[in-house]
Amino acid sequence: MSIKNAVRMVDITKTFAAKAAKVVANNKVCLDINYGEVLALLGENGSGKTTLMNMLSGIYAPDSGDIYVNGKHVTINNPSDAFALHIGMIHQHFKLVEVMTAAENIILGLDEGNKLIDLKNVHTRVKDFCDRYGFVVNPDKKVYDMSVSEKQTLEIVKQLYRGADILILDEPTAVLTPQETQKLFAVLRNMKADGKAVVIITHKLHEVMDISDRVVVLLKGNYVGELMTKDTNPQELTNMMVGRPTTLNIDRSKPENLRKCLEVKNLSVKDIYGVLKLKDVNFTCYGGEVLGVAGISGSGQRELLEAIAGLEKLEPGAEILYTPNTPGAQEENLAGMSPVRIKNMGISLAFVPEDRLGMGLVGNMDIAENMMLKSYKDGSGPLLDLKKPKALAEKVVKELEVLTPSIHTPVRRLSGGNIQKVLVGREIEQHPSLIMTAYAVRGLDINTSYTIYNLMDEQKQKGVAVLFVGEDLDVLLELCDRILVLCAGQVSGIVDARKTTKEEVGLLMTHLG
Amino acid sequence: MEKKEPLFRITKRGAIPWWASLGIRLIGLLIALVICAFIIFGITKLNPLKVYAAMWDGALGTNRRMWVTIRDTMMMLCIGLGLAPAFKMKFWNIGAEGQVLVGGIAAAACMLYLPKTLPNWLALVIMCCASALAGAVWGFFPGYCKAMINTNETLFTLMMNYIAIRLTAFYVAKWENPYGSNTVGIINSQSRFGWFPKVFGQQYGLNVILVLVLTIFIFIYLKYTKHGFEIAVVGDSENTARYCAMDVKKVIIRTMMLSGAICGIAGFLAVAGAGHTISTDTAGGRGFTTIIVAWMSKFNSFIMAVVSAFLVFLEKGAMQIASQYQLSDYISNVVKGIILIFLLGSEFFVNFNVRIRGSHKSEVTK
Ligand SMILES: Nc1ncnc2c1ncn2[C@@H]1O[C@H](COP(=O)(O)OP(=O)(O)OP(=O)(O)O)[C@@H](O)[C@H]1O
Ligand SMILES: [Mg+2]
Repeated sequence: MSIKNAVRMVDITKTFAAKAAKVVANNKVCLDINYGEVLALLGENGSGKTTLMNMLSGIYAPDSGDIYVNGKHVTINNPSDAFALHIGMIHQHFKLVEVMTAAENIILGLDEGNKLIDLKNVHTRVKDFCDRYGFVVNPDKKVYDMSVSEKQTLEIVKQLYRGADILILDEPTAVLTPQETQKLFAVLRNMKADGKAVVIITHKLHEVMDISDRVVVLLKGNYVGELMTKDTNPQELTNMMVGRPTTLNIDRSKPENLRKCLEVKNLSVKDIYGVLKLKDVNFTCYGGEVLGVAGISGSGQRELLEAIAGLEKLEPGAEILYTPNTPGAQEENLAGMSPVRIKNMGISLAFVPEDRLGMGLVGNMDIAENMMLKSYKDGSGPLLDLKKPKALAEKVVKELEVLTPSIHTPVRRLSGGNIQKVLVGREIEQHPSLIMTAYAVRGLDINTSYTIYNLMDEQKQKGVAVLFVGEDLDVLLELCDRILVLCAGQVSGIVDARKTTKEEVGLLMTHLG
Repeated sequence: MEKKEPLFRITKRGAIPWWASLGIRLIGLLIALVICAFIIFGITKLNPLKVYAAMWDGALGTNRRMWVTIRDTMMMLCIGLGLAPAFKMKFWNIGAEGQVLVGGIAAAACMLYLPKTLPNWLALVIMCCASALAGAVWGFFPGYCKAMINTNETLFTLMMNYIAIRLTAFYVAKWENPYGSNTVGIINSQSRFGWFPKVFGQQYGLNVILVLVLTIFIFIYLKYTKHGFEIAVVGDSENTARYCAMDVKKVIIRTMMLSGAICGIAGFLAVAGAGHTISTDTAGGRGFTTIIVAWMSKFNSFIMAVVSAFLVFLEKGAMQIASQYQLSDYISNVVKGIILIFLLGSEFFVNFNVRIRGSHKSEVTK
């Protein structure tokens, strides 16, 4: 079968004007997308992958360069032009209307002329697509009732319904469990077999090896090269992405001088509907070790960390006993305390929440101001100390290699990975006794992910207790000392990470022991 | 399918230098003046230049007119300063009107009931505090209910306006003077007790000083204080605020009380520093007009001063041409409206870059 070209991008350049500096997000990038093929777009954080694809979906226009679709020169000015060219993109942040049903979302904004919209017809067509590619979508379900993976499926169906032949997925697997990812890949394979062109952006190399036929690598806005997936391996791809030979491994140190830091007893939390999200959770966390938390997403991981941070209402009887890492410190029961009270007691908990821009950082503020979030009360008097946060921002930018025009760029302008570095950097710089992270490496490129893993290990060697909520079992097994497994809000087991196996953890995730 | 590039392509600009943004606004103003010239000539057959001269004359023509313009600018600026903290917190306080009124009532009550033996300066200090307190109370209720049970602040503050208006009507009736006039009349017109004294020989000197102090205070408060930082974070995301150990409820209530207090002080200015009387028109709709001021200046106090001055200038100028040429109010309001539309419109060009088809190659090499 001969290869049929779907999209050809030639010498695409895109710059963003930030306050003082100019960022070249794409520099003369050339790219081919073919029908019947899955193309993986690979690159470090901020290398310009999202920007490049946004120019195909009509969100940005290139400064210069040409785009050909099906061999014809085109200009894509807005998303509806992209529709007309049968290009559909699934953004990392879904664009669905929460209060509408799946079917309503699908036809929303469709130009059906003056025809009355026939919802029955929509149902049958949606069902057609589902049967053809192996989706499961309930057309009558409201979006706010859907899980992340259901929403994503809906986005894909929406694009297909609108006639997309060229489908672009920006980090679709970042929020999926391994099982959900496998389901998605099955769908993508069916689409490929059906002759559609698929582009997938992901930071997980094993996924690239698994799903793609061809890989294109970007580095700092430049095109580095492309490879056929079957002729390459993760190591080679890593080297290309980083631009130099690199070895990635976690140096797990031996836990030493273990010291009790946090003891959680009888912790139960209900959500606003009164459903138990955590039930009778008991565990102890030691300074000098990394305690991993594994579980299917939504098994209570978020509630666990937020409860410790004082952001959840606890059921009576819970105890959260915390002993700081300072000589002569006393054990305190944090249960039932608000973050304000915890802070007023002089306790600084480092917490990297799952929702970065909705909780951990303020998108409209610059890096220096975001550094201030946790420490703005320091110093006496009513005025803010602006100097220290600025110095801290410069330090974090330098040490974690945050890619930004300046420390005065609003963080929402940074690429996903760099946003995370700012957040993790700030939390570590508090010199805490306990660090809690939720999906710390979600959306991060592998080089940066390993930087974070090794940072966590470094903290552990300093005697800090690390509570690491993760989703990649391989990483949990490699990084942690012990793994606490959550299943439906209950602890189904705590295992020694050096001795256990993926299978054992996987089993605990789905069965209460 | 070959598609043409559209005639105009609109992209969001990065930051542009201040002189460029100022230039864009001036061009907007110029275009507005030209268009108004045609309209004025078309409808009234008057020489537009003369009409503009009359506007200038009306706002700044004599020393007295100039000071009235300044006085009203200070009033508007003061309300804007009050709105800024609340708006920055994304708390839509549209209750400035009522907060000004209760501030005015408090000031008037002091003028009437404080023992006349007090030195005037002490009376003024007490009045200022009383007005601020009254405004703060008016701000407290919506703030408290928002913080505790998450009521809708827009409706709540709006309703508080009506209560304040009725309350004012009640006191007007109570303090009626002379009997049967249905107005309060000029309070203490003989003793001038509780009136602003002349400062540097200027009747409204104290208004200027007071508001300028407030301007600097709010500028520093929002930008350089811990409270200001909390306001910004709560305005962006309450979850984030809770996460970084801010007492969100406290911040909301405190900020609304501050917002109300400053609007209350505006009521004090209106009564003690300008009208020396109180009526349901004391706020005169400024509580709403000022919302534009606060937004246009993006809550920067100093820009707020410029915008207020400009709005008041337009208002005074429009009044002058209406009376000087015996035009109906409408034509002068048309002029005022067109100028405002163009100025607001130029905001678009400040924030967005519009390039015309085919001209973008040069853009890249620039
Ligand atoms: N709207 C914008 N304004 C200014 N700069 C931007 C904008 N969008 C992207 N950038 C910059 O362009 C560069 C490329 O960003 P892009 O989002 O394309 O990266 P990415 O490869 O998708 O990274 P990630 O893997 O972290 O998502 C980054 O340095 C980013 O800061
Ligand atoms: Mg991206």
